[in-house]
Amino acid sequence: MSKEFETVIGLEVHVELKTSSKIFCSCSNEFGAKPNTNVCPICSGFPGMLPVLNEQVVDYAIKSGLALNCEIADYCKFDRKNYFYPDLPKAYQISQYDLPICKTGYLDIEVNNEKKRIGITRAHLEEDAGKLVHQGTISSTTFSLVDLNRSGVPLLEIVSEPDLRSAQEARAYMEKLRSLLLFAGVSDCKMEEGSLRCDANVSVRPYGQEELGTRAEIKNLNSFKAMEKAIEYEVRRQIEAIEDGEEIIQETRTWEEERQITRSMRSKEEAHDYRYFPEPDLPPLRISREWVERILQSMPEMPEKARERLMKAYGLSEYDANLLTLTPDYLAFFDGCTLYYKDGKTISNWMMGELNKLLNQHNMDIAECKITPAALVDMLKLIDEGRISGKMAKDVFEAMFETGADAEQIIKEKGMEQISDEAALGAIIQEVIDKNPGAVEDYHNGKKKATGYLVGQVMQATRGQANPSLVNKILSQKLNQK
Amino acid sequence: MDLYELTLHELQEKLYNKQVSSEEIVKSVFARIKEVEDKMQAFITLDEEGALDRARKYDARGNLSSIAGIPYGLKDIICSQGMKTTCASKILDNFVPFYDATVAARLKEAGGVLIGKLNMDEFAMGSSTEQSAFFPTRNPWDLERVPGGSSGGSAAAVAACEIPFALGTDTGGSIRQPASFCGVVGLKPTYGRVSRYGVIAYASSLDQVGVFSREVRDCALVLNIIAGGDPLDSTCVDIEKPDYTAFLKDNIKGLKIAYPREYFQEGIERGIKDAVKQALLKYEELGAIVEEVSLPHSEYALPAYYLVATAEASANLARFDGVRYGLRDFEAENVIQMFSSTRAAGFGDEVKMRIMLGTYALSSGYYDAYYLKALKVRRLIKNDFDKVFNDFDLIVAPTTPTTAFKLGEQTGDPLTLYMNDILTVPINMAGLPGMSIPCGFAEGLPVGMQLIGKPFDEGTLIKAAYAFEQNTDYHTARPDLGVK
Repeated sequence: MSKEFETVIGLEVHVELKTSSKIFCSCSNEFGAKPNTNVCPICSGFPGMLPVLNEQVVDYAIKSGLALNCEIADYCKFDRKNYFYPDLPKAYQISQYDLPICKTGYLDIEVNNEKKRIGITRAHLEEDAGKLVHQGTISSTTFSLVDLNRSGVPLLEIVSEPDLRSAQEARAYMEKLRSLLLFAGVSDCKMEEGSLRCDANVSVRPYGQEELGTRAEIKNLNSFKAMEKAIEYEVRRQIEAIEDGEEIIQETRTWEEERQITRSMRSKEEAHDYRYFPEPDLPPLRISREWVERILQSMPEMPEKARERLMKAYGLSEYDANLLTLTPDYLAFFDGCTLYYKDGKTISNWMMGELNKLLNQHNMDIAECKITPAALVDMLKLIDEGRISGKMAKDVFEAMFETGADAEQIIKEKGMEQISDEAALGAIIQEVIDKNPGAVEDYHNGKKKATGYLVGQVMQATRGQANPSLVNKILSQKLNQK
Repeated sequence: MDLYELTLHELQEKLYNKQVSSEEIVKSVFARIKEVEDKMQAFITLDEEGALDRARKYDARGNLSSIAGIPYGLKDIICSQGMKTTCASKILDNFVPFYDATVAARLKEAGGVLIGKLNMDEFAMGSSTEQSAFFPTRNPWDLERVPGGSSGGSAAAVAACEIPFALGTDTGGSIRQPASFCGVVGLKPTYGRVSRYGVIAYASSLDQVGVFSREVRDCALVLNIIAGGDPLDSTCVDIEKPDYTAFLKDNIKGLKIAYPREYFQEGIERGIKDAVKQALLKYEELGAIVEEVSLPHSEYALPAYYLVATAEASANLARFDGVRYGLRDFEAENVIQMFSSTRAAGFGDEVKMRIMLGTYALSSGYYDAYYLKALKVRRLIKNDFDKVFNDFDLIVAPTTPTTAFKLGEQTGDPLTLYMNDILTVPINMAGLPGMSIPCGFAEGLPVGMQLIGKPFDEGTLIKAAYAFEQNTDYHTARPDLGVK
């Protein structure tokens, strides 16, 4: 990438709020229902139908705003955004134009150990449209079907300042945003299901230039990876164009996953005139200080707070605490463990180590994991009690992960329990001593290494299940008796 | 006297005293319809079988409320479950709603017998009912003349004694103007007094459902049923609703009535000015205090109205795209073509013109100059009224500048047609309640007097209208339709 150009990125993120019903009617807001089952005359735009604002949507927007350090408007309103499309039943989308519910916030990201604050311009509420199902591809289809289940699903559009300077920063912003919204409990934030969507405004300018370059808006970014790739491609494209003496035009481009390129969709001249005007069917929304206060009281612990708490209460490193507070599910798992087990460091080690490894291997989310916090704690206690060794525990843990059985059950089934019975161990050790007079002699001749050999023989005889510290103790007692 | 000639409250009394059955009333009404409907053409849809069924059901059950067992009609802009609702447009020609508008549900709940749907200007855009995509309705006082509009079918049917009462909607005068042309009572309540849920929107910030009847008492009875908050309409205000029949007293001593000089200027027919001035004298005679006032921004109301109303209409009518219901051009080759050919075939010229006007007014670069400015004018108009209402209880004015005009007379120039609304539009712009009651005749045609009240003070309108009615006999005059 050229050194002479600075990348400037701003992101527009759409988040589906997981309220129980849609934004303007009482239809269920559940994802994945059969087509056109979560619909009513209101969200399918029948004649004479009127929107009524769902207050839970406002609660969630306030929650999001607070999580993003935004100012919550005491007065905002809704507007109509007009355009024709078969999946938009009223042929206008109810959105917020000039008076959004949240404005001027920020979030902090960290890239290459550098912390940076990214401004959030605004966050506004709107309704989602339905979707079209084509027979084959959109260009070859002879008919398309309309599914209105998604029509009227509440969306919060969060617009960042053009503060991001690389694809990496953009990704860090998205990850942080997702984490904050997950903690606030307002959305599932699943990019693959479309509950988190992102458009990127990308431009470049020579270093030192104050004025922003002409931007392209990139759509169809369906994963963090796609977003990074698309931005990197677009930056290269713009720099090359400028270096070739071309002028960048303001346009909307789409990311083509198969070809790994961005392609022009429409220029500024072809852009829609949405003819925004105030929605006459909805009175302006007034949000009292008390309302915001009530939401503030109900806010769950956010990651920053949780991180500090973990570092203070359990002496965890900032790195570990960061990872444990990446998602609310992680934190909940950790906190679930600490209810029964006070050694946070050990819990953290197991979560960051074995648990993460297995989750990654299986491409699973911690929420889908069969091991409960209580089950992990039970296993840790077995280690502490000396019933299994740390090494055995890893095998036990893997079995727990796969079957969901508890540790006790697994060691019983597999006969993995550590032998800690002194009499039984004593007999085995005596047998080993009797069988290896040479090694015993070496020991007495000062060759301390001989102990290792003898311990190994004991372990072999017990198929690794002998309690190692007990073996050491008994062995040295017996050897020194002679 | 035949049953169809009786007013709502007279029928109610007979039903209550078991002198007649609902079935007999409905039969009488349909007999009348058969007699005059060929001439009137007030109804788009009639449901005799269904109406008789409903009537028998209420006869079996006994009285439920004031309108139980009484037949009525709805303007065809009000959705009625299972009964075709066309908005007098080809685009909704085949549309049968599976839901009731709140007002339809409330009348149904109260036991009223819906007999059919009434003609109107397409999508309520017009002042003569000539813009109906199906046929024009006639004025029962002179079949060569229009009944007014857009709720022309409702006004004409009530005036011709085809039904005792009907509902209409009023966006810029669409209840009051036809009431005036047809010599009946027409009430447009305060914006927010009656739910708009299920009423096909023309201009959402102006539309309001109201009542047509032959006497003021009937209007109060129906308002009692349809008014009041509705969780399905966020603009419908949930405040204390009085019993409107309690205002049916003819003592108006000390009532302070203003008449705005701007409403009596040139362009208003002599006969109308005279009739309304006579009415004002009557009010004085009855003990009211009558004074002239000024509403200085009145002249800007009409242009501002045509910006606000058309802008909102351009969005409200966008949903008629052929995708989910109504007309669709199945021949179109792609979806964009389907949108445009469906709409080209489905909408009439007046509707198309207003959609285009509204689209233009909202376009990027014009919004501030047109729509935003119109909103500011709207505020000034409201301020004018507020100022007058600091000192007065009621404003009285003519309802229309002319009496009913002839069919075809005003179809050429839309601006002339729009002038019909000049005295009614400011009231919608200010969101106030307005009522037109018969106050005389000019060259044999009815003249309407407009009463304008404070927000949510329909009670005072009813009181003043009732006092006038009790002391005059204009409301007893009936058009001669050449039968019997």
